Amino acid sequence: MQDIHKYLLALLVVVLLFALPFVVNPTAEFGGADGAGSEAIQKQQPDYEPWYTPFWQPPPETESMLFALQAAIGGLIIGYFIGHEMACQEHKGK
Amino acid sequence: MHIMEGFLPAFWCAVWYALSLPFLIYGAWQIKKVFREHPEQKLVLAVSGAFIFVLSSLKLPSVTGSSSHPTGTGLSAILFGFTITSVLAAIVLVFQALLLAHGGITTLGADIFSMGIAGPFVGYYVFKFMRKLKVGLGPTAFTAAVLADWATYLVTSLQLALAYPGDSLLNAYMVFAGVFALTQIPIAIGEGILIWIFFDFLSKSRPKLLKQLLGEKSE
Repeated sequence: MQDIHKYLLALLVVVLLFALPFVVNPTAEFGGADGAGSEAIQKQQPDYEPWYTPFWQPPPETESMLFALQAAIGGLIIGYFIGHEMACQEHKGK
Repeated sequence: MHIMEGFLPAFWCAVWYALSLPFLIYGAWQIKKVFREHPEQKLVLAVSGAFIFVLSSLKLPSVTGSSSHPTGTGLSAILFGFTITSVLAAIVLVFQALLLAHGGITTLGADIFSMGIAGPFVGYYVFKFMRKLKVGLGPTAFTAAVLADWATYLVTSLQLALAYPGDSLLNAYMVFAGVFALTQIPIAIGEGILIWIFFDFLSKSRPKLLKQLLGEKSE
């Protein structure tokens, strides 16, 4: 099997792995585990008050934009590297 | 991994900052050394950081019905060790704390310790140990990345249990691990597969560089 096929197959497994939850658990809300962690704190110690709050919180639209931006920066670098390597190999082959 | 802003008592904020700081300083010095002595490794270092950027920005659904972040630290831990990884993770965590109100300044030390140091520490030594047993590169990278992710969340559970022990530390640990540990399993596996793919690619495109990176650390 060619490498690229192996990688695509592995990526398919990843996609299925993260599609599975919606099949197994269709009614779940998929809230963040970090939020659930804070709820667990308040169960452990009901009188706990966070003593510091973020001084700035982005509106939801900006938040998703910044998350996407973060992924884009990383994706750009990874893509650049893969392209760079492929081009090097091709060059060597000639 | 993010403990929310203000959710760690001041004492523990200080403890985790103090424990993380030496790793960050040593890590920054090591990155400088890579840039100076091994400029050919710069690009791979950037890609290792990029993996942390991409993966920790994703919130992935888990079979338990909640979502959580992968850490992306496995690749950097294997290739560059856990002190350099602590700096790369810190960059991401500062970005998320300041711009996204995800995590926070008060919990930054604790988050750097779990995601940047403890998890990568486990990943690094799992990798070394399995290589010593002559397990192949692919399965070793996969296992190291999975365990680096999982260990991060087990350490977070410990950090929260220490801060909120209630009647018994063990019970508190079970409560917090109950939130994170199961949810994290499929996410860690997914992350492991992605890092395995990249590692396999790297082992074919840059066999010499990979040997150099892995060999240097076994000395």
